[in-house]
Amino acid sequence: MSTSLIDLEHISKSFDGEIVLDDLNLSIKENSFVTLLGPSGCGKTTTLRIIGGFAQADTGRVIFDGKDISNLPPNKRNLNTVFQKYALFPHMNIAENIAFGLKIKNKSKAYIDDKIKYALKLVNLSGYENRNINLLSGGQQQRIAIARAIVNEPKVLLLDEPLGALDLKLRQDMQYELIRLKNELGITFVYVTHDQEEALTMSDTIVVMNQGYIQQMGTPEQIYNEPENAFVADFIGESNIIGGTMVQDKLVDIFGAKFACVDVGFGTNKPVDVVIRPEDIDLVEPEKGTLVGRVTHLIFKGVHYEMEVTTPNGYEWLVHSTDMFPVGKEVGISVDPFDIQIMNKPESEDEEAVGVNE
Amino acid sequence: MNKDLRKVLAFPYILWMIGFTIIPLSLIFIYGLTDRNGSFTLSNVLSIFAKDHFKALLLSIILSIVSTAICLVMAFPLALTLKSKKLNKGSLIVFIFILPMWMNFLLRTLAWLSLLEKNGIINTILNFLHLPSLNIINTPAAIILGMVYNYLPFMVLPIYNVLEKIDDNTINAARDLGANTMQTLTKVIIPLSIPGIVSGITMVFVPALTTFVISNILGGSKVLLIGNVIEQEFTKGSNWNLGSGLSLVMMIFILISMAFIAKYDKDGEGMSV
Repeated sequence: MSTSLIDLEHISKSFDGEIVLDDLNLSIKENSFVTLLGPSGCGKTTTLRIIGGFAQADTGRVIFDGKDISNLPPNKRNLNTVFQKYALFPHMNIAENIAFGLKIKNKSKAYIDDKIKYALKLVNLSGYENRNINLLSGGQQQRIAIARAIVNEPKVLLLDEPLGALDLKLRQDMQYELIRLKNELGITFVYVTHDQEEALTMSDTIVVMNQGYIQQMGTPEQIYNEPENAFVADFIGESNIIGGTMVQDKLVDIFGAKFACVDVGFGTNKPVDVVIRPEDIDLVEPEKGTLVGRVTHLIFKGVHYEMEVTTPNGYEWLVHSTDMFPVGKEVGISVDPFDIQIMNKPESEDEEAVGVNE
Repeated sequence: MNKDLRKVLAFPYILWMIGFTIIPLSLIFIYGLTDRNGSFTLSNVLSIFAKDHFKALLLSIILSIVSTAICLVMAFPLALTLKSKKLNKGSLIVFIFILPMWMNFLLRTLAWLSLLEKNGIINTILNFLHLPSLNIINTPAAIILGMVYNYLPFMVLPIYNVLEKIDDNTINAARDLGANTMQTLTKVIIPLSIPGIVSGITMVFVPALTTFVISNILGGSKVLLIGNVIEQEFTKGSNWNLGSGLSLVMMIFILISMAFIAKYDKDGEGMSV
């Protein structure tokens, strides 16, 4: 806990009787890139607003750098925000926008000019000082919003879906840009998005949220490879989520066939959810497969083929493969033991509520 | 829809505009720039500098400036409050606020007369409470009161309109960058509401400057504004040439105001009442 910079303790928040956050606890380490990921309405933006000071939690505390800042207004917090749609000041040019925070703090003109130059260089917009904000492209406005925030040397930069309004190519470029910025500045980024790809690309830590609860917190690899529940498995990437039975340690029964896996500690003959990523399924000769099915659908996706393999019980397996199997062909389904992820069946109503259909 | 049909559709309005705007305006120009015998003269226009006329103009300007200032001071905080109201509470207040505007202008002003009269409602109440009576009827103060009462909505609405359009996150951004409430107001909110403020000022100042009804009713015949002077030239003095000449002078003021709006409210935001 000694390295944590922000601690959210028992944060609850409701709007008009609707619970948005329910007893949320979150610890953010110094110098990390933490992403709050979830569908709209999951409470991720509210969490960010509570950290920034734009919303007050109904209960709970926000600890920043060892101090309780729950009741401090935004202007008294040593963190800055990059807002959704940038929220630049339309009546000021680029330099004035960037200088805003520094002028408030009564910094000298030389210092401010230096900082503007430095910040513009950092976001690759050197020489744009006197341009009109309204004539910039979305990507450029985004960079200015970041520049405006970081000249204040915050310990934490909060980013609220900053790439949401950009087109795909620009969004990908900006992802690398943000990683570079984060490394150059050496500060903590707290990033909010509903885009799982963004989250996986940039973060050190991903916090998957749904309906006001943290579903899982971990590195991108952990979140992707070892989802803890059906919601996370379904929200992050595509997956086959199948009801199975844990026969014993390292052996799971799916549709009557026994698959070797690496999970232990679930007990014997216990119903579980099994997650298998489509790219982890190997299609083989029917006699070599653990299960046999028939290809019922085939789409070429560029990098790979997306196939649907229907097993005799009617379940449609989603399979990604660079090898093509034509529709109607009988294939065997084989999965490496470490590609099978076992999850407990949902126990509480809260987990149940996180419908897989989000 | 083809072009010809569209022309036909605009015809009634064009006819209206020619009949009731362009012809009367031309008549005012002709009357204003000629004497009784129909020969060209600038004396009607220049008579604005005659002592009585100039005094009335000056008083009009002063009273209009004062009422505009009072309106602005009252309207801005109100508009700011309306913006911060959550959900539809704001629009309910706007509705209540606009409600009196649906009543006839003359009635509203006459209502103030019966309130402010020597033996009017306010003084009756004051006397009943053994308080000194209020004697502002037939004074510039009563006229200012009437102007503020009648024109305040025209100040509130354009300001409210521009404030409404300011993104909450723009204000949040100012707070985020360290600005306190006052700094956020002076550095972000007020600069961004200039178009609305300019529109509001114009929409209060111009009618206040040219009014003669408010000064007639609440000023008795004791306070003469330039509007009253012009009105009297048309009705009592029946010197249409002089009245038109003075009207042309007022038109200059209006044009200046329009130019101001055009300069500060390029998108017409404040005007979209």
